[in-house]
Amino acid sequence: MVSSFSREDLSSVAVVQAALTAHEYVADEGLATAIFLALRLQRPLLLEGQAGVGKTEVAKVLSRWTGGELVRLQCYEGIDAGQAVYEWDYARQLLHLRAVEAVGGPVVEDELYSERFLVRRPLLRAIAYQSQPPVLLVDEVDRADDEFEAFLLEILSDYSITVPELGTFHAEVPPIVVVTSNRTRDVHDALKRRCLYHWIDYPDFDRELAILRVRAPHVAETLARQVAAGIEALRGLDLYKPPGVAETIDWAEALLALECRALDDAAVDATLGTVLKYREDQERVRSHGIDTVVKRALERSA
Amino acid sequence: MPEPAATTPPLIALDVVAVAFARLLRRRGVEVTVEASVLYGEALAAVGIADRDRVYWAGRVTLLRRIEDVAAYDEAFTEFFEGVHTVDLRAPDTPAITIALDSDEASEDAAGDEDTSTRPSLVVRWSPSEIIRQRDFAAYTSEEFDESRRLMADLRLAGALRRSRRQRPTSRRRGRPDLRRTVRRSLRAGGEILERSFTSPGRRPRRVVLICDVSGSMEPYARALLRFLHAAVVGHGHVEAFALGTRLTRLTKELMSRDPDAALAAAARRVVDWSGGTRLGECLRAFNDEWGVRGMARGAIVVILSDGWDRGDPDLLAEQMARLSRVAYRIVWVNPLKASPDYAPLARGMAAALPYVDEFLEGHNLASLEALAEAISR
Repeated sequence: MVSSFSREDLSSVAVVQAALTAHEYVADEGLATAIFLALRLQRPLLLEGQAGVGKTEVAKVLSRWTGGELVRLQCYEGIDAGQAVYEWDYARQLLHLRAVEAVGGPVVEDELYSERFLVRRPLLRAIAYQSQPPVLLVDEVDRADDEFEAFLLEILSDYSITVPELGTFHAEVPPIVVVTSNRTRDVHDALKRRCLYHWIDYPDFDRELAILRVRAPHVAETLARQVAAGIEALRGLDLYKPPGVAETIDWAEALLALECRALDDAAVDATLGTVLKYREDQERVRSHGIDTVVKRALERSA
Repeated sequence: MPEPAATTPPLIALDVVAVAFARLLRRRGVEVTVEASVLYGEALAAVGIADRDRVYWAGRVTLLRRIEDVAAYDEAFTEFFEGVHTVDLRAPDTPAITIALDSDEASEDAAGDEDTSTRPSLVVRWSPSEIIRQRDFAAYTSEEFDESRRLMADLRLAGALRRSRRQRPTSRRRGRPDLRRTVRRSLRAGGEILERSFTSPGRRPRRVVLICDVSGSMEPYARALLRFLHAAVVGHGHVEAFALGTRLTRLTKELMSRDPDAALAAAARRVVDWSGGTRLGECLRAFNDEWGVRGMARGAIVVILSDGWDRGDPDLLAEQMARLSRVAYRIVWVNPLKASPDYAPLARGMAAALPYVDEFLEGHNLASLEALAEAISR
């Protein structure tokens, strides 16, 4: 029951939590409730949080769980309808024109603007799907500009897209929509109003450990505990960019690759680059003393 | 936690709970739309009200739209669902702030009167805008302040233009081929391509980030500069506004309201360290960490309005200015004290920051703010 998905089975938050765990995503109570409500109330879910806390991963796990195709729309400045919704295959249209011309036939406009020449971009793919509602990931929406946001809002409010030459596509059951933002600017209120909102925090020690067990299963339990505790110690150090979950996993893998069985000063020093990506942060940790970090980690994990 | 089953009647209308709680949140300064409170009612129905955590998260997910509101939400939640009235720590500060901003209005409260009595008794009945433009903000009377507010509404702030990634159709015969229009136009000629169309990148203004020092030493200027921030935010263009003192406060949202009085009052409520000390380095660090380096300051024009008096560590300030200058397009420092003829940037903070400043301006009167607007658009 846990692995297959149907909206009718969606009776409680616990069901969501179990399903996410079964598909290798460890969510806390807050995120599980947010996902549960997004599915139940059929609303887009707007996720914010520091880089590397697993925002994008939420869409991926939803896709694995529901069996819906993951349709990803990476936003960037200047993105327009042609790249996000649909476009005509101009090169083929031009070839077609040439071909018609060669045989001396008349050019029929309808022919030129038919499904044959339609290039479906992510938003259209998410609305005009075949069987299972897909999972639409609108990644880093804050990078797109206002014009595009207004456009996105239109699509997310009635889940239909009109292609003037072909007609209207409408999704009976809306796709599952996950929108992520890094907060480089405010997303429009109108768009926020459509969505449910959740801020993903850094995981605490226990959840970090649970994530390591799931995502890096071949790392020994003792080392995993020490890594989780080490990350916790590092996050407490007032860094520019505290390590995210992705860094935690990388670190565990790196230590494993170096055949470390336990955290020690030399190993941390050698692998610091997998965890901290700013020179200033590495300097701060070194001046603070790698040995104190290791000591705290060992005490915490014991 | 009290047991919900024991304290609540068996058939409690969830929508009533939702509306009442939403109202409490609004009273605590959180913006809650009607749509959100309806959504909250639905969410409560979906998760049930038996479990405290579920109720808590259902509200956070549906009622809040930004992480800054979580503290207010937590307090309201405790009060509403657990019957505990927490002490609002911000309450004592609020009156002082309101006075600072309302004194230019018909002064009905006592503090407003006190304000005018301590001023040098200079009465200007008729204030031609040229005099106002040149007068130092610190020397303003209430009437002059009113007048300047009116003048400031005309200030338009737009960042220098940069190349946009968005393509625009162009009539020129070079650039990127625009196949869409080429095909469209060929149809008019029966499928014959007579003309090729092109696009070229458009231009758009750079983002402007204004960071205004509201500490004690800036007090004579803060009021006028905040009005300037408001005029900038409501004008066209991408402008972000922050207040800086012992901590950093983002004011863009609060200043969005068209009505200056409402906007400034909202901003004053949000700033809790009004007329306090200055920790420039730490505040800039907070800005860099939370906003700037993550994207807001990238390619932007960052304007810091401060006198540079800093109680913090100048090395930290220098380090943060260096970080900022690596991502920003230009850093403009506006120091009202610079207008004085014998001014030298001796304040430790100012001296530490100056090497990273692209443009150093004064900001003591309207004319200098106009110059600032000009510098930003260059």
